[in-house]
Amino acid sequence: MSQTPCYHCGDPCDSSSVVYKKKTFCCNGCKTVYEIFSEHDLTCYYDFENSPGATPKEIEGKYDFLNQENIIEKLTEFRSETTEIANLYIPHIHCSSCIWILENLSKLDKGIIDTQVNFGKKTIRLTYNPQDTTLKSIVLLLNRIGYEPYISLEDFGSKGSHINRTLIYKLGVAGFGFGNIMFLSFPEYFEIQEFWLEQYKHLFRWLMFALSLPIVFYAAQDYFVSAYKGLKAKILNIDVPIALGITVLFVRSSVEIALDLGSGFFDSLAGLVFFLLLGKFFQQKTYQFLSFERDYKSYFPIAITKIESSGSETTIQVYDIKKGDRLVIRNQELIPVDAILINGKAKIDYSFVTGESQAISKVSGDKLFAGGKQTRGVIEIEALKSVEQSYLTQLWSNDVFSKNKEEGFTNITNAISKHFTLTILAIAIIATSYWLIVDASKAMNVFTAVLIIACPCAIALSAPFTFGNLLRIFGKLKFYLKNASVIEQLAKIDTVIFDKTGTITSNASSTATYDGEDLTETESLVLKNSLRSSNHPLSRTLYQLLKEEGIVTLDNYKEHIGQGIEASHDAINLKIGSASFVGQTTTANTLNTTVHLSSNNQYKGQFTFYNGYRKGVSKLFNQLKSFYDLVILSGDNEGERDNLKKLLPAKTKLIFNQKPEDKLQFIKYHQEEGAHILMVGDGLNDAGALAQSNVGIAISEDVNVFSPACDAILDASKFKQLFQYIKATKSAMRIIKWSFILSFLYNVIGLYFAVTGQLAPVVAAILMPLSSISIVVFTTVCTNFLGKKLE
Amino acid sequence: MSVIYVILTVSVIVGIAFFIVFLFAVKSGQYDDSYTPSVRMLFEDELVKDETKQSIKTKTD
Repeated sequence: MSQTPCYHCGDPCDSSSVVYKKKTFCCNGCKTVYEIFSEHDLTCYYDFENSPGATPKEIEGKYDFLNQENIIEKLTEFRSETTEIANLYIPHIHCSSCIWILENLSKLDKGIIDTQVNFGKKTIRLTYNPQDTTLKSIVLLLNRIGYEPYISLEDFGSKGSHINRTLIYKLGVAGFGFGNIMFLSFPEYFEIQEFWLEQYKHLFRWLMFALSLPIVFYAAQDYFVSAYKGLKAKILNIDVPIALGITVLFVRSSVEIALDLGSGFFDSLAGLVFFLLLGKFFQQKTYQFLSFERDYKSYFPIAITKIESSGSETTIQVYDIKKGDRLVIRNQELIPVDAILINGKAKIDYSFVTGESQAISKVSGDKLFAGGKQTRGVIEIEALKSVEQSYLTQLWSNDVFSKNKEEGFTNITNAISKHFTLTILAIAIIATSYWLIVDASKAMNVFTAVLIIACPCAIALSAPFTFGNLLRIFGKLKFYLKNASVIEQLAKIDTVIFDKTGTITSNASSTATYDGEDLTETESLVLKNSLRSSNHPLSRTLYQLLKEEGIVTLDNYKEHIGQGIEASHDAINLKIGSASFVGQTTTANTLNTTVHLSSNNQYKGQFTFYNGYRKGVSKLFNQLKSFYDLVILSGDNEGERDNLKKLLPAKTKLIFNQKPEDKLQFIKYHQEEGAHILMVGDGLNDAGALAQSNVGIAISEDVNVFSPACDAILDASKFKQLFQYIKATKSAMRIIKWSFILSFLYNVIGLYFAVTGQLAPVVAAILMPLSSISIVVFTTVCTNFLGKKLE
Repeated sequence: MSVIYVILTVSVIVGIAFFIVFLFAVKSGQYDDSYTPSVRMLFEDELVKDETKQSIKTKTD
């Protein structure tokens, strides 16, 4: 029975499980959700997926700010008397049941007119009637059924975010033109001197001309712009020969049909632009549900409770906090400004900021920094600064956050394009000079033909399709890259820097083993209950690790600060703490933290805590060590130095006591010395280092939750695969080089026709799509093969 | 044989009509979310099935 998964959320049910209508639930919260659903005939929810739900959380008072007109105004996209539309981000959306229940939300609240889920973005679009319901009650309803929306400062004023659809439009225009031009040019391929064809070919040609106009002047305009920018910066990027090719194709074709010399190359022109745009589109794989540009705004709440001088509580927007304001921070709420603690016992979790998972206790009068999360009870604070001036938020004023990493980086395609363009121009000039001497009438023909056939469509497609496909493969393997250029950067890395806490250690998997005499049932019960009362970090950890016990009232409980705890119940007097505290001489094992235990002054045994290093850390470092310089850059003290030395290869540099700013400077310094740095981090304290490094990878336990601004997000479960992933990027670069060779072969064949002056439209029309398609096939097959090896 | 002009005109008009439909489709956001509709499509049946099941249940109850 103890192993039955909860019918609602799938968590294992323990002693506190609830049975309702023959179904087992892990807690009352899950049962309540089931009740709500069954009352409204919505149990279909459980038919699509097994245990799709989430346990609802306590949220007393958390959403009071949604009563405020000005906040609703900011969160809604449209407002009128009878209709309001709002978009909410719901991190829990993960399966088809979620879509179903959320789109049937109107059955739970009659005021909701319509809900539409965007699964990719994990958002819902709510349409409701404000006369029948309110945004607050909908949010509370969502929370009651386990779909708590996440509302942060980022939502503030970001309404109606513009979606850029230009590429789809351009692709549509090019595809439309390409298809129609193909049909129109087909009859002339075979050059049958047929009466009707002769009669109508002019009409056909001018129609093709008309269709090619939007392709050249709208769909292909990015290539002209980019080529112009490149030339202005004195760089021969890949868009220069492409723009040249398109121009020559268009001008020569127009001249040919105007002077009735031939049918022109409109089909090749349209095909070229279409394939190029297709490559662009394919590379543009985005993970809509991830954000790589997060700053403090996505962590911060939108509003906070303020205590007026009269003593009444009001909700104010975070941006309106002024120095001297009294604020109330509830359990699990984030402190938005630097402040002084006035009332209550604070237990602040700074893991967002430092990556350090253990909460710090603060007492009245202590200074609290923005970004900490209160984890126990309610506190009252007085703001010392406004939001923008707080210590944490000021980190974002560093220039690294406004710098675009892609600038100043020559990608492989552009690197080769320089030589390619010069070679082609040389060939064109030589061939033209030759024909000027031999047969001047053909010279112009040859010159344009060389530029047309050499238009590097296949080269330009190699990288987008290889990278685009690899991005998808990585995505399936839970390694999410911001864009394709990250792959290339990753292949060039020579130094790997790791943050310690949260990156190579895991927040969740701190473990402990027990050595010694077995505990009796009552002893275990007392142990669990005494740990329950203690707030010492080790007690909390141990409490989480021990199995569930019933709750009893302790007869006596005392915490000896710095030593341990003492508790008694039912004639059992338990001491938990340091070796000397329980009366045991120190044992040999000093590397790991231990907690000793005695019952009625008789020594029982010890719990040994293992530093929760991620599985495979050692192996990963050993794989990396022969190829890369390795550094651990930690914000913590040197306490773990010996431990890390044992675990990691000898050449790993260990640097401790690094503030966020120090980490950034460290990376900057080594980059100036020519290093290409991969930074692997997790917390906001790494944000500067992640931005400064060539590639910043954020490790995340749950990719849907938080990660600082970075180039890639790696799911923590795949941490040990990192070396394989880096290796795959190198293989991808090799695939691209091979496909370059392949496309050069096509160019050589094409150039033969061009230089000898026999480039017929039909040859170009066959060669261009053939080379493009075979490159696409080649790169796709190769990268898929690469992906197979990764799995 | 001027019928070819008629045919051409018709085909161009049809082509452009479809193109305009495509533009409207993009503009209305049809291409923004390419996953959810594929799941949503399957729900209608499930819902009906569930309702019939329920009615049978109430009969037997």
